[in-house]
Amino acid sequence: MSLGHSAASSPYLAHHFEDLEQQKTSAVLGMWLFLVTEIMFFGGLFAAYAVYRTLYPGPFHAGSHLLDVRLGGLNTGILIFSSFTMALAVHSAQLGKRRLLILFLTLTMTLGCAFFVVKGIEWHHKYVEHHIPGPNFHFDGMQDPKLVQLFFVLYFSMTGLHALHVLLGIGAMLWLVVLAMRKKFSKEWYTPVELVGLYWHFVDIVWIYLFPLLYLLGRH
Amino acid sequence: MSTDHVETSASIVSVSRHEHDIDTSNYLKAGYTLKSWLLTVDHKRIALLYLFGVTFFFIIGGILAFLIRLELVTPKGDLVSSDTYNRLFTQHGIIMIFLFLVPAIPGVFGNFLIPLMIGARDLAFPRINLASWYMYMAGALLTVVSMAMGGVDTGWTFYTPYSTTFSNGAVVTAGLGIFIIGFSSVFTGLNFAVTIHKMRAPGMTWFRLPLFVWAHYATSLIMLLGTPVLAITILLVAVERIWKVGLFDPSLGGDPILFQHLFWFYSHPAVYIMILPAMGVMSELFSTFSKKPVFGYEFIAMSSLAIAIVGFFVWGHHMLVSGQSEFAGLIFSALSFLVAIPSAVKVFNWTATLYKGSISFSTPMIYAFGFIGLFAIGGLTGLFLACLGMDYHVHDTYFVVAHFHYVMVGATIMGFLGALHYWWPKMTGKMYPEGWGQLAAIVIFLGFNFTFFPQFLLGYLGMPRHYHEYVPEFQILHILSSAGAMILGIGYLMPFTYLAYSVFYGKKAPANPWGATGLEWRTPSPPPVHNFDSIPTVDSKPYDYRTIREELSHVARA
Ligand SMILES: [Cu+2]
Repeated sequence: MSLGHSAASSPYLAHHFEDLEQQKTSAVLGMWLFLVTEIMFFGGLFAAYAVYRTLYPGPFHAGSHLLDVRLGGLNTGILIFSSFTMALAVHSAQLGKRRLLILFLTLTMTLGCAFFVVKGIEWHHKYVEHHIPGPNFHFDGMQDPKLVQLFFVLYFSMTGLHALHVLLGIGAMLWLVVLAMRKKFSKEWYTPVELVGLYWHFVDIVWIYLFPLLYLLGRH
Repeated sequence: MSTDHVETSASIVSVSRHEHDIDTSNYLKAGYTLKSWLLTVDHKRIALLYLFGVTFFFIIGGILAFLIRLELVTPKGDLVSSDTYNRLFTQHGIIMIFLFLVPAIPGVFGNFLIPLMIGARDLAFPRINLASWYMYMAGALLTVVSMAMGGVDTGWTFYTPYSTTFSNGAVVTAGLGIFIIGFSSVFTGLNFAVTIHKMRAPGMTWFRLPLFVWAHYATSLIMLLGTPVLAITILLVAVERIWKVGLFDPSLGGDPILFQHLFWFYSHPAVYIMILPAMGVMSELFSTFSKKPVFGYEFIAMSSLAIAIVGFFVWGHHMLVSGQSEFAGLIFSALSFLVAIPSAVKVFNWTATLYKGSISFSTPMIYAFGFIGLFAIGGLTGLFLACLGMDYHVHDTYFVVAHFHYVMVGATIMGFLGALHYWWPKMTGKMYPEGWGQLAAIVIFLGFNFTFFPQFLLGYLGMPRHYHEYVPEFQILHILSSAGAMILGIGYLMPFTYLAYSVFYGKKAPANPWGATGLEWRTPSPPPVHNFDSIPTVDSKPYDYRTIREELSHVARA
């Protein structure tokens, strides 16, 4: 209680919180709960994937073989590395090192953009090869093209939704960089950095699941 | 320490009064401009914004219900075409469920009361709270716009392949509206959960929370876990409809039953999003109006959580005749019986609360008794429907229509109106006319039963739902139902009138007109902007009437 009062003078404290500790743990809990909703959101898609993969293992293997494992693997590496730079960004914020914070955030954003470029190349390949679901979809092989197309519907839905999350993450980091440049953060208060950090790790983890589920079917 | 606090807040008050001439001692008087309402981050004002929103959309949904009942007076489809009729009941369902029943009690009373009840100055994230109202309004308006764009004819359930392949309505627009409202629901749930975890006043332990707060905590968990699944499901329907690719289309390898699984994974628990807050209201009403602590407090609190958890494992009872495996049907049927236990625990505990209490039949209490009646009928017929054999007989008939109106509409409306009357003095600072209140409560209860009880009979006799033409034998029951709907409509109009009247001409309300416990009654009516001059410390169990009685007699003597 006395701690609360000494901190009450802090310019970072919103009027309805008693102290900075309460304010921060509330924000972090809020972020965790938001990530739980994200898990349920992606969970619906993963459930659809599980059902159709169980129903149609052959066509799913055939579809998976049409994806470029090297590009997918490259993107996996990029995202894992970006999680590392993000962790460094949060660490710098904790220590109140503003320049390092900006540096690591920019690095993480660049990696996010790199992920996007690679993803774009992959999607372009799919377009050229007529693997985008719809009237122009084409597949030569033993499997039923309709069912291979179903694999690609899920592929594009899952990677598309994930890419949207990457994009939002990059936007959030851009906002953090602006705040950091305006010297809004301090050792005392850097909650937004921590929240975006949590979000970014979540986006990476989703990809860690997507990569084997989509790219590595039947490749031992 | 505490005097220090009071002094600082008092000085802030005087300064701001001086500068902007704002009265912070009453949240209603802290600004009169439209901007002061539309950009407010005060949870109490946002609650009133929600009250405005849900009332508005309730009226639209009610007009659609009126047209449906009017059409059904005669066996021939003579008022509207079959196609229009499909759109009428679809829009009625979408509006009443997503725009009224889901947000009504949490949006209005959860918002207003949770911070007051736990002794906090606001919800944890006030701006997200305001954003949730805007999302609600945007999504709701989009849904209404879809009505103008030709409407949706799939039923509120959007079953595939109707919604993906065959429907010629504005499915994507309506779906987008519901998707956006879903965000609003998630934000509300997130705000409540964090607030209840982190912002409780000193001494306000989990088992000292009012049961209203426990119910909202359980509700917010369902909102957080269920809503995103509905969101992704709508998104997939939109993908299939826009790009004509088959996720649920059997001719392209898709599985329409998968849609039903995903849809009901949210939409069964959604029933508890509607009804748990109403149950929370009931706990407060039964205690206050029998002047006794709630019987079995811990059991009621835990039964809310149990309902939230078990509620996630029963969705398949909506699909007993859909072609899912018989074995799955058996399991879902058994689990559905299980979820009746915590509901029954609540009902028994409320009735036990009445035992040897000094019961007063004030308006909110009449709604509470109404709740028990409607919920018991609705809940028990739910068990009929959860039986495999019975469900084969009455599936897709008016029996189902009657059941879900009793359980989710009846119970939620009773909760909503009960809460509205009970906390009206706190929210507006005015008393409503008691006699009119009691009369309206009785009219609504009778009208409701008059409307929906005949539908059980209709359904049992074989009248299918979703049809606007029927065999003449059913006409008498349909006329009864439509006549009941008129009574119900008149019943709904009464509170609109006398509550609006009371805002201007009502008697001034004291801080605690009911002699109720709970921190919300220890602050003036209406509360000041920051809720409490200094954050209260809680040192006793909830529903402690002895202390309240002593305090009130002190006030009376002074
Ligand atoms: Cu259900």
